[in-house]
Amino acid sequence: MAGIPHDHYEPKTGIEKWVHKRLPVVGLLYDTLMIPTPKNLNWMWIWGIILTFCLALQIVTGIVLVMHYTPHVDLAFDSVEHIMRNVNGGWALRYMHANGASLFFIAVYAHIFRGLYYGSYKAPREITWIVGMLIYLLMMATGFLGYVLPWGQMSFWGATVITGLFGAIPGIGEILQTWLLGGPSVDNATLNRFFSLHYLLPFVIAGLVIVHIWAFHTTGNNNPTGVEVRRTSKADAEKDTVPFWPYFVIKDLFALVVILAIFMAVVGFMPNYLGHPDNYIEANPLVTPAHIVPEWYYLPFYAILRAITFDVLFLDAKFLGVLAMFGSIAVMALAPWTDTSSVRSGRYRPSFKWWFWVLALDFMVLMWCGSQPAEGLIPTISLIGAIYWFAYFLVILPLLGVLEKPLPQPETIEADFDAHYPPKDAKASAAE
Amino acid sequence: MKKILLSIAVAFGLSGGAAYAAGDAGHIENIPFSFDGPFGSFDQNQLQRGLQVYTEVCAACHGLRQVAFRTLADEGGPHYSEDQVKAYAANYDVYDPELDDTRPAVPADKFPANTAVGAPDLSLMAKARAGFHGPSGLGINQLLYGIGGPEYIVAILTGYTGEEKTQAGVTLYENTAFPGGWISMAPPLADEQLEYADGHQNDVHHMSEDVAAFLMWAAEPKMMARKWLGFVSLFFLGLLAVLLYLTNKKIWAPIKRKEKAA
Repeated sequence: MAGIPHDHYEPKTGIEKWVHKRLPVVGLLYDTLMIPTPKNLNWMWIWGIILTFCLALQIVTGIVLVMHYTPHVDLAFDSVEHIMRNVNGGWALRYMHANGASLFFIAVYAHIFRGLYYGSYKAPREITWIVGMLIYLLMMATGFLGYVLPWGQMSFWGATVITGLFGAIPGIGEILQTWLLGGPSVDNATLNRFFSLHYLLPFVIAGLVIVHIWAFHTTGNNNPTGVEVRRTSKADAEKDTVPFWPYFVIKDLFALVVILAIFMAVVGFMPNYLGHPDNYIEANPLVTPAHIVPEWYYLPFYAILRAITFDVLFLDAKFLGVLAMFGSIAVMALAPWTDTSSVRSGRYRPSFKWWFWVLALDFMVLMWCGSQPAEGLIPTISLIGAIYWFAYFLVILPLLGVLEKPLPQPETIEADFDAHYPPKDAKASAAE
Repeated sequence: MKKILLSIAVAFGLSGGAAYAAGDAGHIENIPFSFDGPFGSFDQNQLQRGLQVYTEVCAACHGLRQVAFRTLADEGGPHYSEDQVKAYAANYDVYDPELDDTRPAVPADKFPANTAVGAPDLSLMAKARAGFHGPSGLGINQLLYGIGGPEYIVAILTGYTGEEKTQAGVTLYENTAFPGGWISMAPPLADEQLEYADGHQNDVHHMSEDVAAFLMWAAEPKMMARKWLGFVSLFFLGLLAVLLYLTNKKIWAPIKRKEKAA
């Protein structure tokens, strides 16, 4: 693996040499596990492991749920209740799967905002960032498809609203929507294809996760200083890094177990808190719920979708909303190129910090707007929130790089680490 | 950094419940049910009283089609004896596709659906309604009091004002808990309408609480196992977290120059 100089796997015994010549899989595992990792990573670098765990959890619980689920409009809702009541531990599997999706999104948002704050998207990690954005998009798609499967009221009407977005595309919209649904409206054909795709996409995500890891193992991890690991020699690199095993494996496992304890408390004591009561009512095409609300993790983008309430020229508001929603993720993917600052970490960017935290607040406000009926002040607040979101990526990031005077950065990761954990001789000399 | 982590956690925690759109539902009081909170459990006597209310009143119009009679014997639930369940099930007629006819129900059957007057099935009613919202869509009340399905049921059953009106040939009854204020269900309960076997108070409010508790059990029969899973997971994950914390501290000590001088 290119990048940071470090020791590679050397087959020692005869059988190791024999295998290594034919398939260097042990070497690949060894190099992946022992990869030099900046020793100053803080607790915001735990989310990758949490996310990997979530993917595994969703796949494992999902595969077992599928064994008992029936994708048919007349049977789906009852088969979920069958899982909840008659399948051994079925209720635990389903609650873990449903809340697992929420944990997945909490972790991915923490992970993305970590990347935004510490400039993890900047060169040379653009591909890691883009692949990450693709994973995030696929997660949104998978979550949406999965939410339809229990065939409750919110499943049905959520599917109706979201597929309706494609119908808003001028010209081809209606044909596209019919093709997606497999008919004129959400029905059995829709449920079947959503089920099929909900099973497929997680494995596509798993493939992209490997590419994501491959990419940042090639460039090396970013770290809270944003200063690169020295690659001048192995000795220099070793001053900035520690091997992933055991240092970060144990640290990440500790973090994972703490998060899992919180997760299991939610599953055990309030498993329906993040869900919607309407989804315990079987889908009924003749009764529209009072308020159709997506799951919490879509709310910020749902708010951006609804923020556009006016037509522009020949484009109607609904289509502009769809463009804004997808655009809000596209501009995030462009961050590596719109951020003109030569300083990577927000820690050394005094003005950037403020704009960043306003963005985080903006995200929360949009999330809240998305949960509220689109009346009164809500569309206006959503519009302001959406404008800030776009301005952050398209105007503020490019300008800050030019206008901002960054603070001095540490020379090396070692210097930053030593500032927190002074070497013994330094302590001794200070005491004298 | 801890601050960032915490603020993100708090922010997500708060906004999580925001998924519930504020409805225009009426006023709903919190009721201290025996099954509230992580330590709460179903009150067997209350569930049995609730089943009696369901059987003698609700079942006239509503079904309970997801619930199997055999589960009435479940420990932690109504916990009837097998003979009692058999005798109870035999009161219902269910359709048997093999006979192409109806026959008396056995414990393996489910409560029959009841679509006679278009009343909703009650199997999941206690989870399909939210009693609490907000404030301002932040989901804090649901965090504090629960989602409030059983409270909603009690509020509906006790929320009749006595006013009624006819609209498009349908009689509607004013109800302070029902969204919109007018419900098509006639007031189902009256004080001392039925005699409890255990001699418990049989005013409308007590009967409503009993049937709401029973419907919560019907909607979430595995609640006790679920809470137990929560405690067992917390215990073992907590233990594992302590061990991993100490391991992490020890392996990092030399790197962070924190180990004691040799």
